[in-house]
Amino acid sequence: MANPVVIMRNPAETAFIERFAAEKASLPGAAQARAEAFARFEARGLPSKRIESYHYTDVRNLMRSVAPAAKDAVAGETLKLEGFARHGFSNGRWQGGDSSAGVTVQPLADAYREGLTPGLGMGQASDVVVDLNTAFARDGVVIRIAAGRHAKLHLAFSENVGAAASILPRVIVEVGEGASLMLVATHEGTDGIAYQVNEVVELRLGRQAKVEHIRLNLSGDKAMVLSSVAATLGEEAELQTMQVSLGGEVCRHQVFVTYQGENAKAAIRGATMLKGNQHHDSTLVVDHAVPHGESRELFRTVVDGSAHGVFQGKIIVRPHAQKTDGQMASNALLLSDDAGMSNKPELEIFADDVVCAHGATCGSLDENQLFYLQARGLPRRIAEALLVEAFLGEVIDTVSEESLREMLAGLVSDWMQARAIS
Amino acid sequence: MPAVKETVETVRKIDVDQYKYGFVTDIESELAPKGLDEDTVRFISAKKNEPAWLLEWRLEAFRRWQTMQEPTWARVRYPEIDFQDLHYYAAPKKTPGPKSLDEVDPELLKTYEKLGIPLREREILAGVEGAKVAVDAVFDSVSVVTTFKEELAKAGVIFCAISEAVHTHPELVKQYLGTVVPTTDNFYATLNSAVFSDGSFVYIPPGVKCPMELSTYFRINEQKTGQFERTLIIADKGSYVSYLEGCTAPKRDEAQLHAAVVELVALDDAEIKYSTVQNWYPGDKDGKGGIYNFVTKRGDCRGQRSKISWTQVETGSAITWKYPSCILRGEGSSGEFYSIAISNGYQQVDSGTKMIHLGKNTTSKILAKGIAAGRSDNTYRGQVTAHRKATGARNFTNCDSLLIGDLCGAHTIPYIESKNSSAVFEHEATTSKIAEDQLFYCMQRGLDEEEAVALIVNGFVKEVLQQLPMEFAVEAQKLIAVSLEGSVG
Repeated sequence: MANPVVIMRNPAETAFIERFAAEKASLPGAAQARAEAFARFEARGLPSKRIESYHYTDVRNLMRSVAPAAKDAVAGETLKLEGFARHGFSNGRWQGGDSSAGVTVQPLADAYREGLTPGLGMGQASDVVVDLNTAFARDGVVIRIAAGRHAKLHLAFSENVGAAASILPRVIVEVGEGASLMLVATHEGTDGIAYQVNEVVELRLGRQAKVEHIRLNLSGDKAMVLSSVAATLGEEAELQTMQVSLGGEVCRHQVFVTYQGENAKAAIRGATMLKGNQHHDSTLVVDHAVPHGESRELFRTVVDGSAHGVFQGKIIVRPHAQKTDGQMASNALLLSDDAGMSNKPELEIFADDVVCAHGATCGSLDENQLFYLQARGLPRRIAEALLVEAFLGEVIDTVSEESLREMLAGLVSDWMQARAIS
Repeated sequence: MPAVKETVETVRKIDVDQYKYGFVTDIESELAPKGLDEDTVRFISAKKNEPAWLLEWRLEAFRRWQTMQEPTWARVRYPEIDFQDLHYYAAPKKTPGPKSLDEVDPELLKTYEKLGIPLREREILAGVEGAKVAVDAVFDSVSVVTTFKEELAKAGVIFCAISEAVHTHPELVKQYLGTVVPTTDNFYATLNSAVFSDGSFVYIPPGVKCPMELSTYFRINEQKTGQFERTLIIADKGSYVSYLEGCTAPKRDEAQLHAAVVELVALDDAEIKYSTVQNWYPGDKDGKGGIYNFVTKRGDCRGQRSKISWTQVETGSAITWKYPSCILRGEGSSGEFYSIAISNGYQQVDSGTKMIHLGKNTTSKILAKGIAAGRSDNTYRGQVTAHRKATGARNFTNCDSLLIGDLCGAHTIPYIESKNSSAVFEHEATTSKIAEDQLFYCMQRGLDEEEAVALIVNGFVKEVLQQLPMEFAVEAQKLIAVSLEGSVG
């Protein structure tokens, strides 16, 4: 009785298939990884809401066409960060940058031609969005931090497009034993143009390496941004990764953390502000594959207008990953009647000597707190702003660099102020 | 090798003790021929002497079912079910329908006696003085007896087999059947709609507090049969009813299918309390046999300030797939879900609840405790949603899991979806092992390890047990002890 399987492709899927056939020969290096990743995409298509991990973000439905690859453009004015070695990227392409001791930066294409393989050790490598990046990425860089060295890098991505275009950069960061890195990636883009970003950052942390990674999403207001962070942690490594998100129309930020060495720690955080018709999805998969790992997840989402926020977190504890300590929290504030939030904090546990907890809350601003502030003479809008700033502040305050912290806090209060005016 | 021999002996001991309801009643049954097609549906309908509209309703469901695919999203694995290799109807020959107690086959009475279910109205439940419980006993595909019917009728309460209600109260059945779980709902619910054989029907008239606990006891006896019961409970305005459900099955090597549908309707100010102690045969120590329990249970809080409360103790079944849910439609209505799911051996549990907030100021509370031991997998899957009009909706969810041993798994998959800014949802969950210091503390005071674990686990699940009607709490405590045997030491 089984019906013959007819694969219905949407126009975007067809376009990807045609594009791969056309570009295949000219894509730099990593031919096998590209072919395998593309084969997985071809077999599965773009993820729809029927795929559990894409339940709330139906990429297949949202992505009806594929924009042509973005042309090189002159990098626009981007944020400047004091005390960071700056590397500019124009539509994903590296424009060169400041040199710093113990740090080597190489164009992705060169590293691939030398035999570097993308996606090594990535727990959930079979994610279709990551696969698409793996298959098509030409632009990006490979950054290596020598053992024991310390570096502060600012990757300033300028998404400067005149018409619909697609940008698929990949950044691979290898942090040597005992080295430490503060990596800030800012993404600023053109408003009013429906461009597509599919970006992957791979963080490979060696033994006792420390990384503080911050992604700032200020992409254009019509952009579709799919960003993924895939991290592997060596023994006693410490990772902090955070996304502060304001931009884009449809965004999905995915974080995959895989514990490869014991006693490693990871903190994954997010502060998301949504208004208008924005849709933002934060999806995490934290894979405790070895014992004695610690993970902390804190996501705060503020939703205004008729925007929709999504949090999907999954902590996996493998059968032998005893003494794992995982804690996950997602809190959301809905500021308007039409705002929506979907939370799915999952635990998948196969070891018996672990402590894992997750919490999720969703609600509006507390009337009592607002009343308290209003009773002290603050107008309602300012009282609201104060509470929202405090709410997101719990995430932003964990940034170790003071100037950066202030800059991010400033973005929150600007966002609230713009809300008060509109 | 002495160690192996010892292990074998220990395991054998557990094997015998673990499931005490595994006996088979030797009784002659009338079976529908194996297989499922429209004729099977017609056969069942004819057996029940059903009106034409119900047969048509069944056939429509059956045609729909043929176009549906088995769901695969649950965290359970099992060999493909051959739906053509089952009997869809089995009834003890001598008791073709619910009659008075004197006409019931003594063999059947003996069975229920053995199971501790009082069918004689003078009897009471063991251990509890003075408690009166009306029982509807369902054996394979038919209801064999319903007790205390006359006394309940005095209060205006209708409590009978659904196959009987179709004839005696067709207007009520027609009005409510399939309105909470539509025939198109899901694969198993649709299958049930096509082939359901019996189950209980309860109607509580306006303003009546049901004078006693109502209870249905399901027993699967026949081989290679599927049990598809359908329960419909309607609590009219301002009424109250507490309903208990129990179930057991004999030990058999092949897995057996059980796909029930339960529909609850609560009108204005009505309250329904539905408790389940599910103790189907869980399969043997190698994971062979057992009941596949695919159940759709849903309550509709249709009226204002209505309340539906689900309490479940799940210890049996090889596979459990059930999500008792509440549709909170009426303004100010509330839903509750209290659950303890204990899995052992190769059992797989994927269970939880859905709280769908549609109306204003609706509240819900979820308290779920999962205990996984042996090689079992225990998943909590729950959904809480607030729709746009659910202003002031409130939910609190707490789900905890406990793992015993390192070959089992405990998973938590909550879906929390809010589309209304004034809805307040809180969810928390933890997973932990029995703390060494707690065990040590108990053992230092003279308890052996098994007792200490039982004490801690009982403390862990106490919040849920308090929600069970008294006589079931006693039973549930016993069940927990049974289920934990063999996990420790």
